[in-house]
Amino acid sequence: MSISLTGSVGRGDFERSFDFTIADGEVLAITGPNGSGKSTVIHTIAGLIPLRSGHVESDGAMWDAPDSKVWVAPENRTCAVVFQDLRLFPHMNVISNVAYGLRARGVNKDKAIERSQNSLTHVGLTSFEKRLPSDLSGGERQRVALARALVMEPRVLLLDEPLSAVDSASRSALRELLPEVLGSFAGATILVTHDLGDVETMATAYLSLN
Amino acid sequence: MKSQRVSPALKIIAFIAAIFIALPLLSIFVRVPWSDLGDMLSQKSTRDALLISLQTSIIAAVISGLFGVPLAWLLSRSESRGLSALRVICITPMVLPPVVGGIALLTAFGRQGIVGQYLYDWFNISLPFTRTAVVMAQVFVAMPFLVLAVEAAFRQSDRGLEDAARTMGASPSRVFFTIATPAARPAIIAGLALAWARSLGEFGASITFAGSFPGRTQTLPMAVYELVSVDYRLSLVLSLVLIFISVAVLAAMRDRWMAGR
Repeated sequence: MSISLTGSVGRGDFERSFDFTIADGEVLAITGPNGSGKSTVIHTIAGLIPLRSGHVESDGAMWDAPDSKVWVAPENRTCAVVFQDLRLFPHMNVISNVAYGLRARGVNKDKAIERSQNSLTHVGLTSFEKRLPSDLSGGERQRVALARALVMEPRVLLLDEPLSAVDSASRSALRELLPEVLGSFAGATILVTHDLGDVETMATAYLSLN
Repeated sequence: MKSQRVSPALKIIAFIAAIFIALPLLSIFVRVPWSDLGDMLSQKSTRDALLISLQTSIIAAVISGLFGVPLAWLLSRSESRGLSALRVICITPMVLPPVVGGIALLTAFGRQGIVGQYLYDWFNISLPFTRTAVVMAQVFVAMPFLVLAVEAAFRQSDRGLEDAARTMGASPSRVFFTIATPAARPAIIAGLALAWARSLGEFGASITFAGSFPGRTQTLPMAVYELVSVDYRLSLVLSLVLIFISVAVLAAMRDRWMAGR
């Protein structure tokens, strides 16, 4: 089981080539300055930006290969994203945010709620279910975003600067939580970060875009 | 908030503009036969016209919402030139003389119309001069208002949330119903209110396509038009009802329309 990207990504005038394969259990950290294409990789693998050339492949299934006109829609890719700006749905409470993906994939409501509660517990959030994202602190919102991604049991977890939107107190708590969560995650992970400390504590492989 | 200084000359011009709009409306209030108001409002012809107006305008607003919101979504999410042309066509009724809209509806759905002839020949359905025709005319002129309001909201909405939903397995239609539509809810409500108010006041297209048959297709504006030369006092009363409803809609919407203040 793996995810691989061989080819170039980009939008507009920006283009950058990549060639990597990540196996299950591995965490590839991608670092680099702003504008170096870190987030573009995440968005390309998730299917939100089409690949320029080459291919994205997961477990032997082609997700994106412009030359052979293969493109799998984002909703059909077995990956989950924690976006840099989190993108929690502001009109849904915490449990609805976490259960959203399961419901979209046809899991019945009771099962979706149960799994979402377990996922929230896994990231250290209990008794927040009925709250709206706007009622949460930055750290709590980050945990909801993480729970929302993990509950999907994805093959590939894409984390885009997961510690950038939180204050320093929450950051240190999340620094303890994230390696623990990633340690128990069975799939492949791509971690985009600008912090070398995160690379040391979480990554098994490292790609610098400097 | 401290108001900015306005020169006396501009104040006078602004005052004239305001008076020009307010005076005719206030004149109706002055001339309405208040003592006979109850009797006049309870007349059968008045009640019929009011009921037909309310019934058809509410149905027209609902239809405008059911079809107009998806249309607004389509227009907001596509950059193709074909859809740009479609947008122009879809909002044309806003600037079209309503009577021309009525003629257009007759040409399309009349018994000899390009669609209407088949409806009549194959299904024995004749649309003109029916209450359905009233609703169709109202939808024709009112839906563009809703489409424009909702499209603007969809364009301003956070596409990042829609992307996030898609990465979580949501199909495009699920994204529309669960993410985009709730985000645009204030605009949809405003659009529905606008469409309803526009339907309620519709006259030109309706009278051309549906006629003015009391108890069947005659709405309040049609009744006002016909009463002007027959019973001016009653036409004033019906006008007052329409003004009252319009002001009520404006009052309900003021938070949205005054949001820039």
